[in-house]
Amino acid sequence: MAQERKIICILCPNCCELDVSYEGKEILSIENDRCPRGLEYASEELFNPARTLITTVPIKSRNWKTVSVRTTKPVPKSRIFDVYDEVKKIRLRAPINRGDIIIENVLGFGADVIATRTVKE
Amino acid sequence: MIEKKVDIAVIGAGPGGLAAAVSAKESGADVLLIERNPFLGGILIQCIHDGFGLHLFDKNYTGPEYAEEMVNRLENAGVPYLTNCMVIDLNEKKELTVVTSKGLMKLIAKAVILAMGCRERTRGALEIPGTRPAGIYTAGVAQNLVNIQNLRIGNDVVILGSGDVGLIMARRLKIEGLNVIRVIEILPYCSGLVRNRVQCLEDYGIPLTLSSTVIDIHGKDRLEAVTMAKVDRDFNVDHDTTEKIDCDTLLLSVGLIPENELSKKAGVNLDNRTSGALVDNFYETSTEGIFSCGNVLHIHDVADYASNEGFFVGEKAAEYAKGKWKHSGGKPVKIGNGISYVVPQYIRNDCNEVELKFRVTQPFENVRIIVKNGDDVVFKKRVLKVIPSEMNILKLKSIDPEKDVEVKIVIIDKNIN
Repeated sequence: MAQERKIICILCPNCCELDVSYEGKEILSIENDRCPRGLEYASEELFNPARTLITTVPIKSRNWKTVSVRTTKPVPKSRIFDVYDEVKKIRLRAPINRGDIIIENVLGFGADVIATRTVKE
Repeated sequence: MIEKKVDIAVIGAGPGGLAAAVSAKESGADVLLIERNPFLGGILIQCIHDGFGLHLFDKNYTGPEYAEEMVNRLENAGVPYLTNCMVIDLNEKKELTVVTSKGLMKLIAKAVILAMGCRERTRGALEIPGTRPAGIYTAGVAQNLVNIQNLRIGNDVVILGSGDVGLIMARRLKIEGLNVIRVIEILPYCSGLVRNRVQCLEDYGIPLTLSSTVIDIHGKDRLEAVTMAKVDRDFNVDHDTTEKIDCDTLLLSVGLIPENELSKKAGVNLDNRTSGALVDNFYETSTEGIFSCGNVLHIHDVADYASNEGFFVGEKAAEYAKGKWKHSGGKPVKIGNGISYVVPQYIRNDCNEVELKFRVTQPFENVRIIVKNGDDVVFKKRVLKVIPSEMNILKLKSIDPEKDVEVKIVIIDKNIN
């Protein structure tokens, strides 16, 4: 059965409020889209929503208590808290360089968790 | 007292100051950058979320990554800097008094770039009645406690104000396992960027209540509850609509104020619309040789814009220090219908290129943005949607500086929201 959903496309400042009708994994109709990117966005949001997880990890260092980390690419939105739990098991020690891999291929989603700040000592 | 001379002193090493220092140095000036924190980057370091660098680097960086990119540029350019040093005085002769670990330093500059950023409006500014318990933070302070100090600030959180920092913190606290009950906004629309409303609130099912505010605070030692009420169009509280919300933490995201204490000491005139300096299109303030950029001048939506402003200002300050041009004053830009402010506020008489940055007073749909130069329309653009939280930037290449410049909104249809 066809379902309806309102999705705000956030790819540009126009922020079109898309009215999408879909069935299964197929978009039947889309309205209020001012450009073709709306359809692509709606399709991702409906069938494959993913987000970048960003948080901090405790670090043993002279000047800092945390180092900020993120996933190198978006992970499935519904599993964001599972990824968070994995990240929060980690304890680091300085030195850490920006871009250092903290967890490789986290939960098999194809994204690494990396440090986003350098902590020298 | 240690005494030192320099072409250009830059005060503050956030996104604006870093960029200004790099570009002043690359324009051939002898520069010194002064930062009061023990590290460079300013507020970027605690902004661990992404969305930085989209304009400047064409990359989606987090705040710390953006800061490191800018600091790399600073180091590559060979700009000397001081951290843990605070400028406590500045005068019209461009003499700075700096507190350093070795004692006071007097720094004499040919030009000064103000890049001190902004601070947050507090509960005091809102005059919320009630008790004074622990558990009430401004959003940026909460961001520092969580992201830098690694502290848990509470359990059940209400956020007052839908500014971007508040929205970002709603998501941040939710991810850290806190119960974010709701965001309350006094305006009839969200005051942060749409993408933040969608990705920070809607993604996590955090409700946003519009046209409402907090009218009472309860709790003796720790916050126990807040009272929320509806307001009308003129922000009068409707006392029949009160609702008590149990919570132990209240975050305030109710606006940012440029931090201009030093600017005032140097006799810099301020704009009561932006709370920043009045500047001409070279970003020179009313005090000759003193420039301003970034959030100390006006609040920017994104760090990239503050940096872009810094790059431009660094170049202009270097030109000034070399004596390439003189203080002008210039003609004031006229603020027309629907416009809340325009930066720069003045247009120099020796230049016919100008970049105007402005915000609208309220959300508009289907309107024309119009810029007039004397009787001529020099810019005209139809826009489907324009909101106060998004800064508009437009470049004009050949204006006549002898004639008035006016920016205004003209309504095409009558369906204003």
